[in-house]
Amino acid sequence: MVLVLALGDLHVPHRAADLPPKFKSMLVPGKIQHIICTGNLCIKEIHDYLKTICPDLHIARGEFDEDARYPETKILTIGQFKLGLCHGHQVIPWGDLDSLAMLQRQLDVDILVTGHTHQFTAYKHEGGVVINPGSATGAYSSINQDVNPSFVLMDIDGLRVVVYVYELIDGEVKVDKIDFKKTSTSNSAP
Amino acid sequence: MIADDDEKWLAAATAAVKQNAFYMQRAIDSNNLKDALKFSAQMLGELRTSKLSPHKYYELYIRASDELRSLEMFFRDETALGCSIAELYELVQHAGNILPRLYLLCTIGSVYIKSKDVTAKDILKDLVEMCRAVQHPLRGLFLRSYLAQVTRDKLPSIGSEVEGDTETHMDALEFVLQNFTEMNKLWVRMQHQGPTREKEKREKERNELRDLVGKNLHILGQLEGVDLVVYRDTVLPRILEQVVNCKDELAQCYLMDCIIQVFPDDFHLQTLDVLLGACPQLQPSVDIKTVLSGLMERLSNYAASSVEALPNFLQVDAFSKLNHAIGKVVEAQVDLPASASVTLYLFLLKFTLHVHSDRLDYVDQVLGSCVSQLSATGKLCDDKASKQIVAFLSAPLEKFNDVVTILKLTNYPRVMEYLDNDTNKAMAIIIIQSILKNDTRIATADEVDAMFELIKGLIKDFDGLADNDEIDEEDFQEEQNSVARLVHFLYNDDPEEMSKIIFRIRKHILTGGPKRLPLTIPPLVFSALKLVRRMRGGDENPFGDDTSTPQKILQLLTETVEVLSDVSASELALRLYLQCAQAANDCELETVAYEFFTKAYLLYEEEISDSKAQVTALRLIIGTLQRMRVFNVENRDILTHKATGYSAKLLKKPDQCRAVYECAHLYWAEEGENLKDGERVVLCLKRAQKIADAVQKMANASRGASSTGSVSLYVELLNKYLYFLEKGNPQVTGETIQSLAELIRSETKKAESGAGTFITSTLRYMEFQRQQEDGGMSEKYQKIKMEWFE
Repeated sequence: MVLVLALGDLHVPHRAADLPPKFKSMLVPGKIQHIICTGNLCIKEIHDYLKTICPDLHIARGEFDEDARYPETKILTIGQFKLGLCHGHQVIPWGDLDSLAMLQRQLDVDILVTGHTHQFTAYKHEGGVVINPGSATGAYSSINQDVNPSFVLMDIDGLRVVVYVYELIDGEVKVDKIDFKKTSTSNSAP
Repeated sequence: MIADDDEKWLAAATAAVKQNAFYMQRAIDSNNLKDALKFSAQMLGELRTSKLSPHKYYELYIRASDELRSLEMFFRDETALGCSIAELYELVQHAGNILPRLYLLCTIGSVYIKSKDVTAKDILKDLVEMCRAVQHPLRGLFLRSYLAQVTRDKLPSIGSEVEGDTETHMDALEFVLQNFTEMNKLWVRMQHQGPTREKEKREKERNELRDLVGKNLHILGQLEGVDLVVYRDTVLPRILEQVVNCKDELAQCYLMDCIIQVFPDDFHLQTLDVLLGACPQLQPSVDIKTVLSGLMERLSNYAASSVEALPNFLQVDAFSKLNHAIGKVVEAQVDLPASASVTLYLFLLKFTLHVHSDRLDYVDQVLGSCVSQLSATGKLCDDKASKQIVAFLSAPLEKFNDVVTILKLTNYPRVMEYLDNDTNKAMAIIIIQSILKNDTRIATADEVDAMFELIKGLIKDFDGLADNDEIDEEDFQEEQNSVARLVHFLYNDDPEEMSKIIFRIRKHILTGGPKRLPLTIPPLVFSALKLVRRMRGGDENPFGDDTSTPQKILQLLTETVEVLSDVSASELALRLYLQCAQAANDCELETVAYEFFTKAYLLYEEEISDSKAQVTALRLIIGTLQRMRVFNVENRDILTHKATGYSAKLLKKPDQCRAVYECAHLYWAEEGENLKDGERVVLCLKRAQKIADAVQKMANASRGASSTGSVSLYVELLNKYLYFLEKGNPQVTGETIQSLAELIRSETKKAESGAGTFITSTLRYMEFQRQQEDGGMSEKYQKIKMEWFE
């Protein structure tokens, strides 16, 4: 059982002062093995904070990020899964599922984690699974009119990944979960 | 050398005491009264010495008084004595030297009292008077200390078995007061013994003895019958009389503190006048602030621990009395350092916060008094004083946990003025942190103004501060990020008030200068955009202020973001313009949206020169433009045309190719029939392909440098064609796709590195779509002949 935290679009301090206290109390150091961040932190303080939750931190560059050294895309392997990470402002039209599927084919990953729309989504298509953890702070978005703070926790176990999404709605944390299964260990034919 | 002698004399005296004690004990064991008295007198004779320092004398005294206990036991048994205690009392008065005689009298006297054959009053009076015979300060002090010790359990007090009525209570009281008075006189006299150059030494010695004197006050505190009335009418006046009249700094300081610590807090409350009234009468060198601080601290804790007592504070008007007293002290002591007077006010403030937390006017008054005091000294350079002021200012913050309350204290910002620059900024950060921690809302424009007044050290440079002053870059960023976070707490649900708030924030932030603006303008912009969104949702207010319309806010934003391009933050400005454009789009304000795009384009052309930055900026432009619905055909065309132009002119060809094919999306939107221009889409894709061809040519020429890279471009294009095929673009034909696929195949064969995973996954996807049971999709895919792909 490997726990992967996926979150992003915090936009601190441009659009939000901090993560919601209820989220902060849930994100305890030592429980999570990897963090995948879709970008737009935007400042070093947030980077440092995430590092305290888990030292294995992967970040893709958002268009408002202060640190220009984050990569545009990143690929990593966790257990049996290949994960791809990209902020998403590069994929046009923004939030378009078919365009995201194209990126996923290009990166050749089982799970594509992407952000930018501040809207949680998790769905399966021909090429794999796309997960958008939304905005961890519920930051303003020109794309999405009604943003609730949200983040995702993935439990990777063998060929199965359970995606838990945590959303803060009207002051209460609501949890939902979705199951995905890989059919084989590799996606593409040699 | 002297210390050595001291040790020697003590050793000799102790030995003598021990020896005499031994014989005395033997006499006691054989009921030999005469010998017991003889040896005890000899033993006590050692205490007549003048050779020992107070510290050493104390050790000797302990020894001796310990031994006297067995004598006391002996005296209790009249049958063993062979005479009555009254007779013994008489007998002893004929002993040789005064000091031993008096020690013995005290011992016997205490036994006598217990026998109840005589009133305690008479004996006590007798003893306390007789002790006057010993006027040597050190010896007298210890003698009287012994008297107090040996009579203690014979007085009606807490823990003793002695009962009494009011009269006995008053007698006991009188006894202790008198003993105390005499002891204090002796103690003070020590100050004047010996040469002036040894003054320090004497003071040190006196300090070692002070608890002997203080003990009497403890005893008083324990006596039965010392209620508020007795304390107020008898005890306190008598003690204070002695304290004031002795005119001794050491004694006054110690005893005032003793009084405060020993007696109950509600006594102090009710006698506040008297207690405070004594303060100006004390010697000028006495450290009054310690006394007053001690008093206020006790009273604060009292108020904090017992709510029932609070009305009493109001009843006696404790606040004004203390405030007045402090004022007088500060006035009188001209040389008082700043840190000292601030400490005084700090204690008064804590007192006020505990006792009168609902009286903001009192709190403000204390702040005001502090300001008056500080105005004499000007801006502080004293670290200690600065620390005290920070503690002073933090006290109400921690008490109320609500910065909005702090904003009501008119003197608060005035106190801050006296801090040096760095401490001022640190204090401002503390205030902001309080807001963040407590989730405080600052909800009116006026409160916003007051808030910015408090943190002005962070908002702009101090007057006269040169640009090259040492500022740590990281610290500076953190400071400004704090200010940025603060902006999100300046908020009101009412759009009109919120509008005013936005204008005020802007006014303050714009004084910040080029280093601050890129950090503080973005949160302002987003706060304003949130307001615009809310305004859109609400009803039109025909009587509303002119400022509370989306147009006005967006207009303000234009002027605000402009400032960023003046301070070389062009990439940021471009992003913000695009955000504003989207907001304008949602409000259906076409001209405004167009204006924002124009500004963004201008920045792109003139200010953004780094190739990577251009690629990202252009992506953002295309992505934003793709979502715009508010433009008419003409405007849209102009903007799209320009975007495509920029795309073709990017520095690197692969970037050009990608940007151009992304532009295809500008001609196709999901909603609205007139936004689906199939032909232009294909034109874009074909144009992109031409660029890809050029890239391929270069790659082939330089022998396989990045051939898979350029094949990738073709695969990307293929995917784009599939995208539009699926969307139903009639101009995307099976043939187009087929020929592109052919091209990819042949190029892949040329490069020996094999087909990348991208082409494999694309083919797999195409096959998957062909097999779809939903007829529409598979129909489209069946148009593509793919047999030659193995």
